[in-house]
Amino acid sequence: MTVQTERPPSGPMKVHRRTNGGHGKPPESRRAGALLPYLLLLPAVAVTLVFLGYPLINNGILSFQNLNMRQLIQHLTEWNGIDNYKEILTGSDFWRVTGRSIAFTAANVVLIMLLGTLVGLLLARLGKRMRVALLIGLVLAWAMPVVASTTVYQWLFAQRFGVVNWVLVQFGFENMAEYNWLGGQMSTFFVVTLLIVWQSIPFVAINLYAATTTIPKELYEAASLDGAGAWKSFTSVTLPFMRPFLYATTFLEIIWVFKAFVQVYTINAGGPDRLTEILPVYAYIEGIGNQHYGMGSAIAMLTIVLMLALTAYYLRIVLKQEEDA
Amino acid sequence: MKRSIAGRLWPNITAVLLIIGFIFPVYWMFATSFKKTPDIVSDTPVWFPTSPTFEHFETALNADNFWTLVRNSLTVTILAVVFSLIISLAASFALARMRFKGRRGFIVGFMMAQMAPWEVMVIAIYFIVRDADMLNSLIPLTLFYMVMVLPFTLLTLRGFVAAVPKELEESAMVDGCTRRQAFLKVILPLLAPGLMSTSMFGFITAWNEFPMVLVLNKDAEFQTLPLWLSSFRSTFGDDWGATMAASTIFAIPILLLFVFLQRKAVSGLTDGAVKG
Repeated sequence: MTVQTERPPSGPMKVHRRTNGGHGKPPESRRAGALLPYLLLLPAVAVTLVFLGYPLINNGILSFQNLNMRQLIQHLTEWNGIDNYKEILTGSDFWRVTGRSIAFTAANVVLIMLLGTLVGLLLARLGKRMRVALLIGLVLAWAMPVVASTTVYQWLFAQRFGVVNWVLVQFGFENMAEYNWLGGQMSTFFVVTLLIVWQSIPFVAINLYAATTTIPKELYEAASLDGAGAWKSFTSVTLPFMRPFLYATTFLEIIWVFKAFVQVYTINAGGPDRLTEILPVYAYIEGIGNQHYGMGSAIAMLTIVLMLALTAYYLRIVLKQEEDA
Repeated sequence: MKRSIAGRLWPNITAVLLIIGFIFPVYWMFATSFKKTPDIVSDTPVWFPTSPTFEHFETALNADNFWTLVRNSLTVTILAVVFSLIISLAASFALARMRFKGRRGFIVGFMMAQMAPWEVMVIAIYFIVRDADMLNSLIPLTLFYMVMVLPFTLLTLRGFVAAVPKELEESAMVDGCTRRQAFLKVILPLLAPGLMSTSMFGFITAWNEFPMVLVLNKDAEFQTLPLWLSSFRSTFGDDWGATMAASTIFAIPILLLFVFLQRKAVSGLTDGAVKG
């Protein structure tokens, strides 16, 4: 839930190297000293490899097996080469779910970034009291545990006695009385999107607001001396200043929304009729739900590869920004 | 630059609408959990719990296994965070203070690990845990949560270690401390606030984790609170009062932690965490 931090090596480290060399320690102790950082890192690296690296490899292994309920119970290992991948990539389900995932992610991320930015800019414009009130609201939404939020949204959008349907009827949409939001594909996606956007705006807005406070006032004064209006000073001062932040955050949001398993699964389990399954939910339901573990692993593997590519690209952006900074 | 009345009005009106939009779902959770059932199942919503009741909280707290699940959640979360802190302290010290070959590689590696798609790895994890004969146990959950929160803990702590002036440590070493003593006596006490906030973020992640426990622990005795909450409604047959009370019980610790943490999170970002 945070922006990656990475500090470039700073002054003191150079000092450290000089003092270490200057003391003229005996060579064995210096060699032990050279090993020390690796020893300190060893536990962290070891547990990460065992509990993160091994499952990744195991996922790859399982994806080349014919592994269903029978094989699971009898502990059988039946290799079937790339059959799982062939079946997935030539069938239409996977591509339909992938397209749906991409559209879902795109819609959410565009809304989050657009509205998050606007709310962030609004925060900078408000008076102190109003700003604090809005910050409190944002923090509450941000802090709500995901499963608690989905439960609350189920209640807000409940078919009977749900407050949303009541409000819509008051506004004259009589046919929305007892409307079943989770009964249709688009309306379920609407609720999930509203939930995710509601949860994600605070992160973007608050961080963007924090970043705007670091823009030197002189830049705006100079812009206004040059006759720039509000819009012009936004595009020529604020936006260039925010661009690295917005760019990195967009990717972070893409990654988060793409794997929004918990929201989609807990609100309606990918239903109705499996029509709101996005890739992580599809992998789970095929694999664990329908007990096609091999197929599920292959879907998961394809998803993981996609996620890794996104993550690598994200990190490249972040690391490059640091070097430039 | 003077603004017109309209220019001053619309930001405030927008802000009020936004405040309502962001607070209302949270408010509605609290309000519903305190309302009498007829006020919940009413054709016109009752906006305030005028005659508050605790009956829904009683229903939720007396649900089967509730206290077992609280204990499970706390055990798994706290152990995972503590283990991850211990492991991270050593590693973050190396990454913040020492120069060695591959340092940047390790950092990038942990950044990758922080973004790991755990949600998608549950099938593979299920098989690993099953083959170790550890389904329906808190041990695998603890270990996986530990690794889940480790990269964030480690990378954040590294920032906190780097922020402790090197001179403090050096002067302790001049005064005759070994490097280890300097670390334990000088740096560690200064890291206390950093350790606090880092561990709380880890706590939130582990407390909320859902997909893994969903797959690994089918036995109700070994589940955790997120799983309990997500199945609460179907178990209690659309008892919204009790469901909202359960949500409240689950959310309260995290809401409190977050309010406490917020200042630190924002100030950490303004201190240059975004741009490094």
